[in-house]
Amino acid sequence: MRLSQEQIVASIAVLIFAAASFALPGFFTPENIVSIVRSISVLGILALGMAIVIIGRGIDLSAVAIMAMSVAWYLQLLNDGSSDGAALMLVLAGVLCIGLLNGFLVAYADVPAIFVTLASGSFVFGFVRSQLITQDAVPVPSGHWLQSLGGLRFLDIPVEVFIFAGLAFLVFLFLRYTKWGRYVYYAGDNPVAARNVGMPIRPMLVLRYVISAVISLMAGLLTAASLHSINTRVVNSTLLYDIVLVAVIGGIGLSGGKGGVRNVLYGAALIGIMLNAMTIIDIPLIYQNLIKSTILLAAIIIDGFLNPRDEQTAQQGDI
Amino acid sequence: MAFRDRLQAWRYNLIPDHLIGEILTKRWTDNAIPFLALVIVVAGFGSSIPGFFKLTSLQDSTRQLGEFSIVVTGLTVVMLGGGIDLSVGSIFALSCFAAVSVFFIFEQPVWIALLASILTGVAFGAINGYLVGFLRLRAFLTTLVTFIIGRAVYDILVVNFAAQIQMSMAMSDVWDFVGDGTFLDISISVLTALIFVVITHIALTRSRPGWHVLAVGGSRRSAHNAGIKVKQTVFLTYVFSGFCSSIAGFLIACRLSGAGPGTGLNLEILALTAAVVGGNSLGGGRGSVVKGLMGAIIVLVMTNGLIRLGYGTGTNQMVLGLMLAVAVTVDIRWLKNRHKVLNEVYVAPVYLRMGEAKSAVPGSGTSYALDDRLSRTEYIGLGQLEGPEDVILDRNDHLYCGTRHGEIVRFFAPDYQRSEVFAHIGGFPLGLAFDKDENLISCVGAMGLYSISPDRSVRKLTAETSRSWTSVVDDARLRDPNDCDIAPDGRIYFTDSTKRYDAHDWALDSIENRATGRLLVYDPKDGSTKTLLDGYRYTNGVCVAHDGNSLFFAESWACRVHRYWLSGPKAGIAECVISDMPGYPDNINRASDGTYWMAWLGMRTPSFDLSLRHPGMRKRMTRRLPQDDWLFPNINTGGVVKFDDQGQIRDAMADLSGVSHPMVTSMREHRGFLFVGGILNNRIGRFEIAGSDETWTGPSSYWGGQQ
Repeated sequence: MRLSQEQIVASIAVLIFAAASFALPGFFTPENIVSIVRSISVLGILALGMAIVIIGRGIDLSAVAIMAMSVAWYLQLLNDGSSDGAALMLVLAGVLCIGLLNGFLVAYADVPAIFVTLASGSFVFGFVRSQLITQDAVPVPSGHWLQSLGGLRFLDIPVEVFIFAGLAFLVFLFLRYTKWGRYVYYAGDNPVAARNVGMPIRPMLVLRYVISAVISLMAGLLTAASLHSINTRVVNSTLLYDIVLVAVIGGIGLSGGKGGVRNVLYGAALIGIMLNAMTIIDIPLIYQNLIKSTILLAAIIIDGFLNPRDEQTAQQGDI
Repeated sequence: MAFRDRLQAWRYNLIPDHLIGEILTKRWTDNAIPFLALVIVVAGFGSSIPGFFKLTSLQDSTRQLGEFSIVVTGLTVVMLGGGIDLSVGSIFALSCFAAVSVFFIFEQPVWIALLASILTGVAFGAINGYLVGFLRLRAFLTTLVTFIIGRAVYDILVVNFAAQIQMSMAMSDVWDFVGDGTFLDISISVLTALIFVVITHIALTRSRPGWHVLAVGGSRRSAHNAGIKVKQTVFLTYVFSGFCSSIAGFLIACRLSGAGPGTGLNLEILALTAAVVGGNSLGGGRGSVVKGLMGAIIVLVMTNGLIRLGYGTGTNQMVLGLMLAVAVTVDIRWLKNRHKVLNEVYVAPVYLRMGEAKSAVPGSGTSYALDDRLSRTEYIGLGQLEGPEDVILDRNDHLYCGTRHGEIVRFFAPDYQRSEVFAHIGGFPLGLAFDKDENLISCVGAMGLYSISPDRSVRKLTAETSRSWTSVVDDARLRDPNDCDIAPDGRIYFTDSTKRYDAHDWALDSIENRATGRLLVYDPKDGSTKTLLDGYRYTNGVCVAHDGNSLFFAESWACRVHRYWLSGPKAGIAECVISDMPGYPDNINRASDGTYWMAWLGMRTPSFDLSLRHPGMRKRMTRRLPQDDWLFPNINTGGVVKFDDQGQIRDAMADLSGVSHPMVTSMREHRGFLFVGGILNNRIGRFEIAGSDETWTGPSSYWGGQQ
């Protein structure tokens, strides 16, 4: 029997979970499991957006910048005394603009997604940081609904877990049961063929980047809710690579057309368990980075073997 | 001339529109945009930052530029090979740490520190190269991950060893000299960068490995099919990039004598932006180290300038992101649309008012009045030939012609039923001539002047002339060699019809009607080629006069024949002998009665003559209509004309039936027969000339009796 990548990942996650439960005191407790799920929900939400883009044979390197900077701007507007609705509308419009811009450049100007989103991420960070906010971290104003959202729990489970679950279900429905969701797979698998069949490839591309941007905004709001502030330095951290790691390690092939929400869940579970275990073992953050990136490299190498690039359909300059 | 015509003539004949198109064909126009950006950025920041151009300020800022441009050089090479290397920042930092630790912790001499740096960089580059080159992983993500790994390793090392490095007392004059010294007022890092740029540039443009890199980047599959070791080439580009970053890392190690958490931070996006802003193409194959250098200067001046002007945190990222996005988009759009832009602007028609022509209508009573004699031609090689533009016969009465397939075909006397491929040249052999030693000389369209010896060996005589000083496109190359003839002294006179278009685009040249045809001479004694006359509208047939003192040549689109004097008091002067003909003249050859045969490749039409007075309309026509709908000279019905030394027309004939031989581009008289060739025909025509000298042959006319 040949194991698929997601089965391998799922079994590794179970193995690590079992080993950690056995070896680490305080791992297999309800509180810790809730904290694992909680820690991966923001990561998982971001990975959902990334997954939609990657399945469509793209990548969104601006996700973290949009997540942090949109919320930082939102909070700054609130702190400066704007009304909540106006600020939220303004920020949402900005996020939509960036998503549209990403999508437009990728779809209509034929610029590789990697460069577009790298550039737009850098621009978003730089623009918001230098023009719109005054310091690295922006606190949530006291008494704001984000604060109460952060403390909200059902059945002792933090609300972001439910939001993650709900969002995952929505994305699942979108990808599985809507026409445009199915088109994402076709477009990712073979864009030229999909276009020849008559699918609106370009508007769909734009849509994917817009979805990714909006999901990033939601993840940012949740982060602010649980931390009561947003620190824009997260843009320079390895969070972005964690997102790609979750998607890729879960089995969503970078060449597009493969994978789904389940892969995101498996990937998020594995990463969440690992990070939690490493934190309990007390491995310093810089070593955790090394371990994570090495695993990501291994995942990419395995991905390269499982989904080898087809020399015949690979585009020149597809890097 | 009406005012409108005068205005048109000024507008289209005096304003050199064609230069825009010619400049756009140049590869260096790719550099124009980044260069302009460079000038603007340097001038802008230079004027707004006080003391920017002071020597010490420049030395200080160029030191950083030296290191940075070495990194960019490495990245450029990777990009030219079709990859990308985001790990340059990590390699840079790790190599810096290697040098610093060897020098300060282990207290080893400087050269060992340098060696440690290089080893670190090359090893890191080799890992990248192995993953991307041999395992075929995606370059961007793979190097992104190795970048994170390298950064993580570096952070761990710095945390653990920074204190030890700070405590060290190691000193070295060499170390300090590399870091702070100058040579001829130029800092060591800038010198190193210059050496790197020059050597890499030479290697890329003039060495086999460099060409391999460009070939792989240009088209991976073709490079593989051509036998280039693609994987190894890709591997080596990453190793080279690692090497470059390690040298840069060593230089910064010497300069800062330490390694901190900020070393090499954001270097990858800086270097990437620099390479792309300089105009290096993503996906490889197009670009140069010089472009990378320009990009490096732009990016560094900009980011440093913003800091010195006091803009806050984040401004740099904003500007970098903006520059990267704009540069990548411009690059991709330009690459995609360049040929479209070129097609739009290249054709730049001029104004010409053609003179009123005498009628050639049968029975009109003029000297040009055509009759129907050519309809009586018999066919030679029907269906076996494609495109016998010119025909010629040798002393043994064998018949030769060129074909579209680049061959010279020989038909055997006396009945011309049997044929063979006499020689294969390639191109499209057009004009033919026999020299004294019975070598067949041919003007080969798109190739040059060739000689085929009686034993069939093909030799190139010339494919270029000297370049004129004011030319934008390279006019040294012969683009459309058309007809040739040989003077008694053995010099070969030949025409090159246009400098602006290749041979198969002759229709565009006729629509543009710009006078760029040339008359040239090849001297077999010293192998030199000279341009004798320039600036004619499609020079075509050439024929040396019977007395050998002058030659006639045809100027097709102006419907004129000129006489160029080879000797005598008018030597070197061209004078027009026939003008305003009703047909477009093609090849000219000798006739037995001391006159000359001239082919008309087609008859003038009032509609095209009118369009010549409306250049704007012709421009719109080439831009908006498909090629099939263009108005250009008729080449379907022509004829043969006979004229004498004074330019008087003696005879004119055609195929009025349109069945037998309506299209004529050449004719030869031989033993009382006229052999007719046409560039679009699938046969050669032959018909008997009434009252001609039945012993006369071309070779004997040129070179005397049987040898």
